[in-house]
Amino acid sequence: MTYQIQPLGDQGLCISWGNTIDMRVNSLVLALNDHLLQLQLPGMLDLIPAYSSLSILFDARRMLREFPQQQPYDYMCKRVALEIQKITEVNYSEGRLVEIPVCYDQSMAPDLERIARQNKLDPAEIIRLHSSRTYRVYMLGFLPGFPYMGAVDDRLATPRLASPRQLVPAGSVGIAGSQTGIYPLDAPGGWNLIGRTPLRLFDPNRAEPALLRPGDQIRFTPISLAAFQKNIPAP
Amino acid sequence: MSLHILKSGLLDTIQDEGRYGFGHLGVNRSGAMDRVGMAVANFLVGNAVGEAVLEMHFPAPEIRLEAPVLLALAGANFTAEADSVSVPLHTPVLLQAGVSIKFQKKRAGTRCYLAAGGGFALDAWLGSCSTNLVAGAGGWKGRALRAGDMLALRQNTLGVQPGSGEKMQCLPWSVNVSDFYPANQPIRFCPGPEYTWLDTDSQSSLAKTAWQITAQSNRMGYRLKGANLQQERVTELVSSVVAPGTIQLLPNGQPIVLMTDCQTTGGYPRIGQIIQADLPRLAQLGAGQAFSLQAVSLETAFAALQEQTQILRRMKTGCALKLSMMLTTQR
Repeated sequence: MTYQIQPLGDQGLCISWGNTIDMRVNSLVLALNDHLLQLQLPGMLDLIPAYSSLSILFDARRMLREFPQQQPYDYMCKRVALEIQKITEVNYSEGRLVEIPVCYDQSMAPDLERIARQNKLDPAEIIRLHSSRTYRVYMLGFLPGFPYMGAVDDRLATPRLASPRQLVPAGSVGIAGSQTGIYPLDAPGGWNLIGRTPLRLFDPNRAEPALLRPGDQIRFTPISLAAFQKNIPAP
Repeated sequence: MSLHILKSGLLDTIQDEGRYGFGHLGVNRSGAMDRVGMAVANFLVGNAVGEAVLEMHFPAPEIRLEAPVLLALAGANFTAEADSVSVPLHTPVLLQAGVSIKFQKKRAGTRCYLAAGGGFALDAWLGSCSTNLVAGAGGWKGRALRAGDMLALRQNTLGVQPGSGEKMQCLPWSVNVSDFYPANQPIRFCPGPEYTWLDTDSQSSLAKTAWQITAQSNRMGYRLKGANLQQERVTELVSSVVAPGTIQLLPNGQPIVLMTDCQTTGGYPRIGQIIQADLPRLAQLGAGQAFSLQAVSLETAFAALQEQTQILRRMKTGCALKLSMMLTTQR
């Protein structure tokens, strides 16, 4: 697959395989991410996998000191071009299957009825459609531990709110375009909210603070309001 | 051994060089807005370049020292006073226990850094002591400081002790930081991945406009006012990397410069990336102030960063030497 490497100023580089939401492309992104994570190239600070791009943030200060003959961006580009050739297997199968219980009760789904109306569907049908697919976590971003997942049934696809809410409670499950996501923390946001999970998607005190990783497979299981309330984690 | 916050300021947080290695989980960098200010404050008290410091905005907090402290202030000038005696910037000072520090007036700059010799006694979260406000983790309890907080300090490894009597003793040297903050110079940027999406008029007005920092500006980003930029290409962009210094173009034609609390990914066109050497200077500008932008090559960006790093390294060596000479004479 053809790719393009562009600088992010003097801080990093962005390798992109087009501007697309595509499982094969994303598999390649995640395979290269894992490969580079293992390799720990000197000077590498952070890897940011996204839908169809992988970015490397590097420590230019350190690289300029340790390899004064090398321009850091050129050096990283050369290294990366070598490593990309080694990624031939793009069937990324590292992802785990994770069940996410979701309460679709009206009190936690302020946008569910509107989506149902707009699509001339019964609210119960929206719930059935949302919880009957396995979704892929393409990437985490926006907030610590926020999964961008897709793709939802065409009948559920709904554009973001024109004006974002000031506060979306942690655990809220939303839809934006063909994507579905879960707010890990209380935050402002513009996704259409159709339910809430009692699981903590991000907990700084856990050894692994983020519940999900890019590449994971997600299934939503509808639960009752009573079950939700029983399962709310202690603050 | 602690700093006692008597009165909180507008936004006082513990910050270091930032948190790296967890970007794939959406954990953003945080860290000091002005890394040079942080480094200078640390050097003056004999700390490592990235030791956690207190970053303050104005109004700044009122702090009582519960133990003698070797302390230095750098970055913004908020006219600091220790028990009503003026505390100079960019100078190591020894303060006795019981002294209170107040900041009277904002004279220059936006963020002031306080470093304590030995550093703050804090546990790192995911490898860093920076406060991540959105995750509520890192730094001091994952939040901004409040009245009543007692920030424990580590033992000052240099063993510098204040002489008896005087409440404040300024050590007889200071550093000159004017090289890092040249006045009225443009903030330099490298064209970003979507720079060519701008039409040619907008490309030139990016460099010609006096960009004003609006009131909607904070540690996450500065919204700029000045010219309406037009995209030649309007394509929906799938989310991809952003970083502190990324200049994004909002759908209304307004640019925003992301700062150190920004997200790891975003979906707006990235028209530029401020060079790292100029981020500290931008961090010291505040709402209402204006600056111009200048496009430069990557080579220029790296050369500027290398020069800045070298000046800082010389400063560190100089500070360490003076501190050790003073200790020798003290013994």
